[in-house]
Amino acid sequence: MTVTVNDMALVIGGEAGQGVESSGEGLALALARGGLRVFVLFDYHSRIRGGHNFAQVRISERALGSHSEPAQLVLALTAEAVHRHLDQLVPGGGVLYDDRLPVDAGVLTAREIDAFPLPLLQIAREVGGDEVMANTAALGAFAGVVELDLAPLLSVIEDNFRSKGPAVVEGNRKVLQAAHALARERYGSGFPWKLQVRPAGERLVLNGNQAFGLGALLGGCRFVAGYPMTPASPVLEWMAAHGARYGVVTKHAEDEIAAACMIIGAGQAGVRALAPTSGGGFSLMVEALGLAGMNEVPIVIYEGQRPGPSTGQATRTEQGDLQFLLHASQGEFPRIVLAPGTIEESFTAGWRAFNLAERYQCPVLVLSDHYLASSLRDVDAEALDFGAVRIDRGELLTEAELDALQGEYKRFALTESGISPRALPGHPKAVAAPSSDEHDEYGRILEDADNRRRMMDKRMRKLQAALGEMEGPIRYGPEQAELTFIGWGSTYGPLCEAVDRLNAGGERANMLHIHDVWPFPAAALEDALAGARTTIAVESNYSGQMADLIRTATGHHVARRILKYDGRPLSPEYILAHVEGMHHG
Amino acid sequence: MVDVKDYQSPVRPTWCPGCGNFGIWNAVKRALAGAGVAPHEVMIVSGIGCGSKLPDYTRANGFMSLHGRTVPVATGVKLANHGLKVLCTHGDGDAYAEGLGHMLHAARRNIGLVDLVQNNRIYGLTKGQYSPTSDHGRVSKTSPEGAIEDPVNPLALALAAGATFVARSWSGDIPHLSAVIARALQHRGYALIDVLQPCVTFDKGHDYDYYRPRVVNVNEEPGYDPADRVAAFARAQEFGERIPIGILYQTEDCPAYEEQVSELKAGPLAQQPFRVWSEDDYEALRREYG
Repeated sequence: MTVTVNDMALVIGGEAGQGVESSGEGLALALARGGLRVFVLFDYHSRIRGGHNFAQVRISERALGSHSEPAQLVLALTAEAVHRHLDQLVPGGGVLYDDRLPVDAGVLTAREIDAFPLPLLQIAREVGGDEVMANTAALGAFAGVVELDLAPLLSVIEDNFRSKGPAVVEGNRKVLQAAHALARERYGSGFPWKLQVRPAGERLVLNGNQAFGLGALLGGCRFVAGYPMTPASPVLEWMAAHGARYGVVTKHAEDEIAAACMIIGAGQAGVRALAPTSGGGFSLMVEALGLAGMNEVPIVIYEGQRPGPSTGQATRTEQGDLQFLLHASQGEFPRIVLAPGTIEESFTAGWRAFNLAERYQCPVLVLSDHYLASSLRDVDAEALDFGAVRIDRGELLTEAELDALQGEYKRFALTESGISPRALPGHPKAVAAPSSDEHDEYGRILEDADNRRRMMDKRMRKLQAALGEMEGPIRYGPEQAELTFIGWGSTYGPLCEAVDRLNAGGERANMLHIHDVWPFPAAALEDALAGARTTIAVESNYSGQMADLIRTATGHHVARRILKYDGRPLSPEYILAHVEGMHHG
Repeated sequence: MVDVKDYQSPVRPTWCPGCGNFGIWNAVKRALAGAGVAPHEVMIVSGIGCGSKLPDYTRANGFMSLHGRTVPVATGVKLANHGLKVLCTHGDGDAYAEGLGHMLHAARRNIGLVDLVQNNRIYGLTKGQYSPTSDHGRVSKTSPEGAIEDPVNPLALALAAGATFVARSWSGDIPHLSAVIARALQHRGYALIDVLQPCVTFDKGHDYDYYRPRVVNVNEEPGYDPADRVAAFARAQEFGERIPIGILYQTEDCPAYEEQVSELKAGPLAQQPFRVWSEDDYEALRREYG
């Protein structure tokens, strides 16, 4: 038996309400404490109980940027979970389940998959005194089969159950150990994938929503208004949970139109304000988006994409809203669109968005998606650099400047940059009443044609300056390559791995990752594309919206496109299979 | 000492001669000055419509937003800087058609806004379509055979939603209107003031001579108790030959929304410094994920 150490994927599958998510989270944290790298994909249905949910925990010694399709072990909390994931299991893999589940072991062995039935519920009941500890037993059994040291799991159990008292901690600890011992004894020697702890640096395990929330909080976000919508509700909840300690007011509004209007009111009053939503909620917010554009109010909207149109697939992923965000609203006005692709980029986008919004006095839209927003990954603690977070409020008039102001305050003073120094309401000299009608420099309604042209020019000029702050594509892989992938947002992780695997197989591939989307860094992309031979756009949507944007902005036609629009995330295997298809097609 | 002249803007209103908005405008300025509120201490938020142009003609902090969205914009302003008095001035289309849902939520959350609705019972700026407060049978450009719907009853709706200050006045009685606004400015929480006003161009049937003999000030009636919500609800049903005006209902027993937001105890958000956090506060953020 050839043993593989620290390179495997575990699927935890069960019904909604069975603790699939919390088991996946707890295990990921334990593995990270044990010095291993993790990526956890959560797949669940839009229902509270029942159905089939799973967490796919990929484990390695190298940093992971995505899930992968094959799995070595399934931890089945229901009989259905066994059958759901059979096709994913590699030969030699195994299925771990409570021995009372009606699982036909013959189906498994016919596929060279080992059955690992164990009395998990019984252990929970007899050793821990409560069947509710069955998931702890399951995690212990998993650790036994892969012969993983229990210390990191024990530390997580201690942290997670501390608030429930020492008896619960002790019960879970005993259950974990008993299940571990039994699984190891029965099945450890026959299972060829093993996990061994490694020296652990300080790592954090979090998802894109949490990273964005952290960045926004450190970036001075003080007001959040929203209406729950998957996958962005956790940002609203995160802010609500941190509000009291860190001074953030959150408002669960009556609808997304109200939420968008509330952050515009707050932005006008001088507070850094955020509205998290998904595409459907953003559709409502669009009504107010142009108001922020016209009255030059800094706001940040975080849009976690899911498949549309309409309700689409509520708990699944897609990158179908890019062109929508670029064009949403009547009329033309400057907006800035960021599309972070990683946990680190989500963190940075969190604080950078507010600086851009205040510097350019316009709406900033941060485009994420369910895959990035919800998947957990470990990052080095230093990768989320709290010390690097700056708060830059742009051209904001100080009290002293306002005291010295001669004449009336011109909220929309015509300037070379298009940016008009902003005064926050409350100072006697800062009095102004900007109108969403076209207005003069004071903000007063004016229908004059020349004024209209001057004001349009002024507002749109801000984009020129903002373009200077947009970062060009990030290249991954060798500078010269036969094959250049172009991705954006959450395609980063799966594409990095596809590039690595191609290059390991003797090909020459690289990738350009676009994360600042608007104003579009066309010149930087043109430079990056100068030496490219074959280009392939990779996107989680039907039409290749970024590829179309690239053609509009640069003239470069990315004819080859690997697209996925079934609501499930792109994987390295999916990309590679389609590259293969292109070679032969 | 604040003077009405402090609110004087160089911009002349574009309202039709005789428009009810002139009276409302004067009453607003008089009430603000009378309450000692300076132009930089208030934010007048409006939407879109004839009445919503009021901030353009008034020297004060203002924000002319979107049709129907006056109240949520004002809510954001109030939560960001509760040191400001926040006054909404918008019409019946804005408040009771597109914005009706927002009004009910503002009322139930008792957010500290004065919500002054310029209710001329017709769409003026879009030139004469019937509004949510138009009478049943009202013939207009969008109801050529007469409106089929009954009008909304904003006072009853606000009361049902839990509003803590519900009043009505009219543009032909500036002293009364400014007195009601002054009371609303001192109110703890959300205050609805439905202000009847003639539209001299598109609703000639409801001019000053129509309203003057019909309005009845409940606060001058012996025994009327504005603390009696049931009585207020009953009077809110009256509309026709007798139109009750005055403060129909008020209670100061409910704290305003902004009083109950723990993060605002440290003062207006807009004035709180960024990140007054301890090392442990920073460390706690990391510990959540490590």
